[in-house]
Amino acid sequence: MTTALRRYPVLIALVIAALFMVVPFLIVAVNAVKSPTEYAQNGPLSLPDGLYLDGLKDFWERVDYGQKLFNSLLISGSVAALAVVLSILNAYAIGIGRVRGRTWVLAFFVLANMLPQEALVYPVYYLSKEVGLYDTRLSVIIVFTVIQAAFGTYLLASVLGQFPREIIEAARIDGASRWQVLWRIVVPVSRPTLGVLLVFFFIWTWNEFLLPLVMLISNDNQTVSVALGVLQGQRLMDATMTNAAALLGVLPALVFFLVFQRTLTRGIAVGAVK
Amino acid sequence: MTVTAERGGGRSRGARAVGKHDHSGPRRPRNRPRDSYALFLLPGVLAFLAVIVVPFLMNTGASFTEWQGVGTPEWSGLANYRELMDDADFWASFRHSLFMVVAMALVPTAVGLVLAAALFDYIDKHHGSKAVAVLRACFYLPQVLPIAVAGIVWSWILAPENGSLNELLDAVGLGSWQQDWLGDPDLALWSVMGVMVWVQLGFPLVVFMAGLGRVDPQLYEAAELDGAGWWRRFWHITLPQIRPEIYVVLLWCTIAALKVFGAVYVLTKGGPGGATNVPSYFSFTTFFEKTQVGYGAAISTVLTIIILALALIGLKLQTRAEDAEEGLRT
Repeated sequence: MTTALRRYPVLIALVIAALFMVVPFLIVAVNAVKSPTEYAQNGPLSLPDGLYLDGLKDFWERVDYGQKLFNSLLISGSVAALAVVLSILNAYAIGIGRVRGRTWVLAFFVLANMLPQEALVYPVYYLSKEVGLYDTRLSVIIVFTVIQAAFGTYLLASVLGQFPREIIEAARIDGASRWQVLWRIVVPVSRPTLGVLLVFFFIWTWNEFLLPLVMLISNDNQTVSVALGVLQGQRLMDATMTNAAALLGVLPALVFFLVFQRTLTRGIAVGAVK
Repeated sequence: MTVTAERGGGRSRGARAVGKHDHSGPRRPRNRPRDSYALFLLPGVLAFLAVIVVPFLMNTGASFTEWQGVGTPEWSGLANYRELMDDADFWASFRHSLFMVVAMALVPTAVGLVLAAALFDYIDKHHGSKAVAVLRACFYLPQVLPIAVAGIVWSWILAPENGSLNELLDAVGLGSWQQDWLGDPDLALWSVMGVMVWVQLGFPLVVFMAGLGRVDPQLYEAAELDGAGWWRRFWHITLPQIRPEIYVVLLWCTIAALKVFGAVYVLTKGGPGGATNVPSYFSFTTFFEKTQVGYGAAISTVLTIIILALALIGLKLQTRAEDAEEGLRT
């Protein structure tokens, strides 16, 4: 150990720092599989004696977690797909079509993206009640499609601005319409960027809290984030249930992370610099 | 430019026979090629009007009224804003925002820079890219976690009774350091800040590592030959080279810090006694618990103005930096 310490001081410092980042996940996982009596006796830091899965099962049934997962998947999936489509249409007109006043249109989308949701939340709540969309998953899908598309337009417009124009010109000479150029050339060529956007929109929407909290009040419509946040806010959970909730909340994020890790890290770089 | 536009117009006339969806009208042939692209913008613009512009204007309008959310809003001019100026809770919430900027922008950027540089030019060289990828993944993990879930995890770890942190302190013989981390008005804000550093750190780290990837390695080699140590190279090469990334990260993280809501909702609900109240949570409770919609709208309008001002300054700095860079190149 001491020789290792002397030989790899930087590595060891970084591993300790990384462990600090991961330890909360480990503690949660360890405690979610302890029985309440075991937890009461040995506290949160001991290793579990065996696998006790009733806590997880109880929690799953009590909050109807399957339904919450389905809602989150439905909302995030729809938003990701629709927002990518909307972003492409906008970015096609701005980046390739170079419509007049595009700088202003683009600035508008950027500012819309920066706008705090607090400045929209009450009117959105009020208007959705007026048109009968309050407490529906559709309302959340519509709002987030637009909010995410603001970022997507900003990013894609600059990517498409550098699209090789010869390809488009050639297709036009061959008689392709603008619509065909978009779907048969621009979309396939920019597929990597679109993939990044799809993943980002999905995870961002999955993690959203304020608007879904306000818009989705009935149990059947709530997302994972809202259901867990509300439960936590009520302070009604005991330690076992808290850990079950935390573990079940962490797991989907962990799955997305492992599946999309490369896209995520690459995409952040693209998004930040452009 | 006009020449290409006209040529494009001629082509689109030919294309009309083939493409069913080309809606370019027969009139004003000079403008047609550009204007028909504007049709692609139509769904986006309509959706933005309905979901962002109209609600935003309504919110701004409501901030000049007295309104409980039902009935007709009563015009009150600047009364809400005048009230804000004398509202200690309002000032406290923005003061807490500054603390959040420290926890979510300044600290993660500084720590992220050092970590990114260490991972990039030390670990990668001595231990291989696999080690880099694993370590980076660990640091980034909290970023993909829903904030509500992160809040559950941490409020349990920081719990006064049976919380892991207090148990850990006890186990290593520091039992006297045990605290009610989220329940003590003097400590709660610092605890929330600690959690936010943990949440935020991965973002700057990943951006900076990507930025370092495009720095010319010869710069480092030359500096090393000249006998510059790690810190000097960090200070004189790394920092100046990834300055654009640093600007962007600081801007984004500052805006995120001003908007922070979920963490406060889940960890402390703004308490104890308003010790962790932030503008977004303050406007949320004013809207939906006190139903003083006009007053809540005024709070969120002030927040919006600050954020948009920051965003504009940031974009300006960014374009100026880009222009300067291009000026150097040509």
